[in-house]
Amino acid sequence: MERLKGLKCRECGRNYPSSPIHVCEFCFGPLEVDYDYAVIGEQISRPRIESGPPSIWRYADLLPLDLAEGETHVGQAVGFTPLIRARNLADELGVRELYVKNDSVCHPTWSFKDRVVAVAIGKAKEFGFDTIACASTGNLANSVAAHSAEARLKSYIFIPADLERGKVITTLVYDPTLVAVEGTYDEVNRLCAEVGDKYRWAFVNINIRPYYAEGSKTYGYEIAEQLGWRAPAHVVVPCAGGSLITKIHKAFKELRMLGLIPEGKTSMYAAQAAGCGPIVTMIKKDTDVLEPVRPNTIAKSLAIGNPADGYYAYRVAKDTGGYGEHAQDEEIIEGMQLLARTEGIFTETAGGVTVAATRKLIESGRIPRDEPIVICITGNGLKTPDVLYDRLSVDVTIRPSLAVFDQALADLKSKSGI
Amino acid sequence: MAVLVRIPTPLRSLTRNQAEVQATADSVGDLIEDLEKQYPGLKERLLDEGGEVRRFINFYVNEEDIRFLQGAKTALKTGDQVSIVPAIAGGS
Repeated sequence: MERLKGLKCRECGRNYPSSPIHVCEFCFGPLEVDYDYAVIGEQISRPRIESGPPSIWRYADLLPLDLAEGETHVGQAVGFTPLIRARNLADELGVRELYVKNDSVCHPTWSFKDRVVAVAIGKAKEFGFDTIACASTGNLANSVAAHSAEARLKSYIFIPADLERGKVITTLVYDPTLVAVEGTYDEVNRLCAEVGDKYRWAFVNINIRPYYAEGSKTYGYEIAEQLGWRAPAHVVVPCAGGSLITKIHKAFKELRMLGLIPEGKTSMYAAQAAGCGPIVTMIKKDTDVLEPVRPNTIAKSLAIGNPADGYYAYRVAKDTGGYGEHAQDEEIIEGMQLLARTEGIFTETAGGVTVAATRKLIESGRIPRDEPIVICITGNGLKTPDVLYDRLSVDVTIRPSLAVFDQALADLKSKSGI
Repeated sequence: MAVLVRIPTPLRSLTRNQAEVQATADSVGDLIEDLEKQYPGLKERLLDEGGEVRRFINFYVNEEDIRFLQGAKTALKTGDQVSIVPAIAGGS
């Protein structure tokens, strides 16, 4: 029996053979990888996973690649990032048990996108493509450029022209062809849909999407394994296209179905910026109709005004008893600084959104204070320091003299009232 | 009004494999009717049972999402370009 059965429409259930397609020809619903869980169930076990490599590939049984035992196509060290018990942040937020799943240190490009890209490019290689492409707000661009370099494949990367300089340089260094498009991410994405129709390239977030999106499940598997094979009661996830929150939920569902974690319930919460929060707006209004928005936020990595998985993200939050919260730009910065000064973790603006939304969800009573909470930190602050330059400054500049330092220290202490 | 319509791959089996077709319509709603006349079966693929544009399809008139315009009532003028594009996963 085969572990992978092909693709299946999430809406109408039509089946398709495994191939680089992403929408149902009939109803345009998204296609998903169709697994035979009976076959997977015969093989998979906690010891088998635990004896695997410290990377996403320890969960290869649940990923849509044809890999020989112990082999990888590309991205061999991706994933298995730290899950930190965040006691200081928990104190600050007034909760008992809080964890940070820290993908700001994911290998090799410091965001959770390495998970999806390693799977997508592996699959593109299986399909025999020689060119990889993507539309990106930055993190995906970094990861596609890096993994394409490793795979020795050409890459075309499309970004909005106003992207942060840090994310442009951290893409260019891998020598892709970088195309800056004068428009929003949603406009870049629409262009790419038409480019993808014309050129036979592997667009990781278009025709390879069913495989690509499965890589996000590893974020959920790791949370459960690192908690000692249990799922947390509450998970707060930043939302852009809306895929990650649905895939973390799917990961827990699969682990429960396969008997790898106990039965239980995990509520999923969506975090978005107020300046681009169409999914959270759906949740708050309790409507399954997505109204696209024109993004206006410092959280550029979440600035997708027309999220393809918005409907499913809304459903996951609603069906699991979760909720969603918006963060204003100022709250996003405070969130970044709060995580840094309590846990020593420097995340990008998207992480600031997650921390700020978590605080609001706790303060409003949506998330109870006495149950395990995991917050998803998915990107690294070093890529987007721009937002902090105007807000942070050196405390004092002095000559190299002990006497001068003594005086400066006294001044600083009197100023801060210590 | 004569407009140019870009057809995505999954629908080209209905447009005799043409990636671009001509149509005549005063609005996006009209356009769907005209496409159905020219290429029978297309309407059912674009609209759901309630007659609304399917959840996973986006229409653009001259690069603008019709949900930022007047939806199916969005007016068309000669020379306009209409793109029909399936929803795409995010790439943050």
